Amino acid sequence: MSDAATATRRTPLYERHVELGAKLVPFAGWEMPVQYEGIREEHSAVRRHAGMFDVSHMGQVEVEGPGALAFLQRVLSNDVAKVHVGGAQYSVLCNEDGGVIDDLFAYRLGGDRYLVVTNAANHETDLAWLGRQSREFDALVRDVADRYAMLAVQGPHARDVVARALGIELPPRFHVAHVQIGRRPALACGTGYTGEDGVELLIDPEVASPIWAELLDAGVVPCGLGARDTLRLEVCFHLHGNDLTPERNPIEAGLGWCCAEATRFIGADVVARARREGTAEKLVPFKIEGPGIPREGNPVLAAGEQVGIVTSGTFSPSLELGIGMAYVRADLAEPGSEVEIDVRGKHRPARIASKPLYQRKG
Amino acid sequence: MTLSDAHYPDDLLYHDQHDWARLEGDEHAVFGVTWYAQDSLGEVVFYDAPEVGATISKDASYAEVESVKAVSDVIAPLSGEIVEVNDSLEDTPEKINQDPYGEGWLVKVKLTQPEETGALLGADEYRKLLENS
Repeated sequence: MSDAATATRRTPLYERHVELGAKLVPFAGWEMPVQYEGIREEHSAVRRHAGMFDVSHMGQVEVEGPGALAFLQRVLSNDVAKVHVGGAQYSVLCNEDGGVIDDLFAYRLGGDRYLVVTNAANHETDLAWLGRQSREFDALVRDVADRYAMLAVQGPHARDVVARALGIELPPRFHVAHVQIGRRPALACGTGYTGEDGVELLIDPEVASPIWAELLDAGVVPCGLGARDTLRLEVCFHLHGNDLTPERNPIEAGLGWCCAEATRFIGADVVARARREGTAEKLVPFKIEGPGIPREGNPVLAAGEQVGIVTSGTFSPSLELGIGMAYVRADLAEPGSEVEIDVRGKHRPARIASKPLYQRKG
Repeated sequence: MTLSDAHYPDDLLYHDQHDWARLEGDEHAVFGVTWYAQDSLGEVVFYDAPEVGATISKDASYAEVESVKAVSDVIAPLSGEIVEVNDSLEDTPEKINQDPYGEGWLVKVKLTQPEETGALLGADEYRKLLENS
């Protein structure tokens, strides 16, 4: 690997994080804030009010041209034709074996113009894959990650605060709008990764710092990757690299709902077969009953035998107990099934649950 | 002084794995983790205490503390037998963050090799260790 590839990168908000006393950690090649005041406080700010996350490490890829729709229909699992201009849609990117290369949102910015937002760790892989697959199509794939800083503002009050503080009109959930932020063109997306209402703002990196300051003044609580992980896991959103990998297909991961095999996307045959015949294992959420916090890699046991493996585990600040997601043998995947999680040699009783683990009140 | 300020009381002995010992007479000591340890770990949400009567050895793990993000072994600064554990931490593990040298104490130990105290650090030495790390 070259030096350029191994050096950690900083987002345009790095100085702001340092000023706020954030704990910074390396993440997917970036130096990112994992927490400011504390994960529990940040977590509860998002559940009750509004929190903001610097997610500028995420990548953006633009797809443009008369063949853009046909191309995306080929690479993305969902039925992209259903997305109108200004719409947004979740998909997975599958390889020929139906394995998940990445999971991502696609936004339709114009008739022949789409933007897909990639996970930081997969951006280069996605870009290479999309570039290669686009050759047979009349569509241009462009890396536009450097054009955007990205802020996720999430929580029951997030929309109100953002609209007022930045003086913009926000699109409804699962939509995208062209707006002006800091007197520069920007995109406001009605999406997020927390289970709360909110927006994701794609803004000019040069105005990221003043916009952050403005939202801070408006009472939005800065949140790090720590709270981002506890929030997403409580609502069972997948984390690629943990719950999704190129070795697992979307059916066993519980993502059949975003797969439209009739569109003949790459991997559709394997996905169709997995849906028809079932899979040996399924990804399921679970709760620990009693003390103990499950972690990635912990074995799942039933009757003393290993029947699965934890792919994400943490302490849930909302439920105040250990929660996680695990791939388990399909016959044990029903909510209510009793298993044990081997947490560093201690067998902690756990119960398979239904999604989401945490439900918003009211 | 606020909770967010690092502090290392002068009357304690320190182990370089960020644990402290408070000697009580010649035969007993109370153990806990230092301000630095709790700050690095973040909010503690679970303390897996050892059993009373268990034998523990200097430099070996005797308990686990977990924050939301990570689990950390707690290293014994001295050898001995556990005579008391801080049961209140089961319900309020956050005391380890709020008061690491007071209500956040972890165990009380009857020392089996009191001479081991010679290998521990004073507060000044421990502060220096942190500065150089």
